[in-house]
Amino acid sequence: MFLNEFLLLAAVLFCIGVYGVISRRNGVLVLMSIELILNAVNINLVAFSAMTGAISGQVFALFVIAVAAAEVGVGLAIVLAIFRLYRSVDLDDVDIMKG
Amino acid sequence: MIPLFAAAAQNANAPFLTAENVAFAIIASIMVFSAVRLVTTANVVHAAFYLVSVLAGAAAQFILLGAEFVAITQVIVYIGAIVVLFLFGIMLTKAPMSGEEKPSRDNWIVGAITGLILLTLLGYVLIDGFGRDRLPGDRLPTSTGALSDAIFSSYLIPFEVISVLLLAALIGAIVIARRD
Repeated sequence: MFLNEFLLLAAVLFCIGVYGVISRRNGVLVLMSIELILNAVNINLVAFSAMTGAISGQVFALFVIAVAAAEVGVGLAIVLAIFRLYRSVDLDDVDIMKG
Repeated sequence: MIPLFAAAAQNANAPFLTAENVAFAIIASIMVFSAVRLVTTANVVHAAFYLVSVLAGAAAQFILLGAEFVAITQVIVYIGAIVVLFLFGIMLTKAPMSGEEKPSRDNWIVGAITGLILLTLLGYVLIDGFGRDRLPGDRLPTSTGALSDAIFSSYLIPFEVISVLLLAALIGAIVIARRD
């Protein structure tokens, strides 16, 4: 197998995630797009680990999974707080810091 | 992907349509389709299930790469815990379930342009840099024992830092989401 198969798949997923973060209006869906991005990183890490035989890539993939879990917890808490404040999770409504 | 197939055709000594390549192609197309639907669908619950599809596909790719423990952790933590958290978030925020509202912001075209430029750059760099690199054909699955040896010897301090980070995130999430 080519290493590039996995790297290109990860690149495609990463770009779809970036598109989702920029263009979705729902805060929960923006968090889901961030999960797509983190998953693309994980695929890269594991693919390079299989390429070189070094185990550190898989260890860091596990760390990324743990950080993603923490990020989702805090992110959903923030979305809930926003919902309580504005009665909506539409990110276009959240403009209190707009100058 | 097309330059990849061209490169494969040039190295005709190694067959390209092997079982693992076919499996990769099937799983990858499911993943890309689900990811595209995830960022375009108007129904947020459907989006959560498309996310499950992408994450399960990633777990399958990890097994294809011989990373069993990462694949199992992916299923347990991502599909088991994070997706359930997302479903709770969807339920608690009463997001529109049907598609009468616009799912995308007005400037979605900017996002599409950004994504396409990124994809072009990444694709060019990856094909230029790793165009001919092959994964070793005789690679073995990584044993979970070797992985745990690495985590609890050379990566012990990062592991402990991650534990403290999880605790901090737990407390932070409770403090932010608490009704007071």
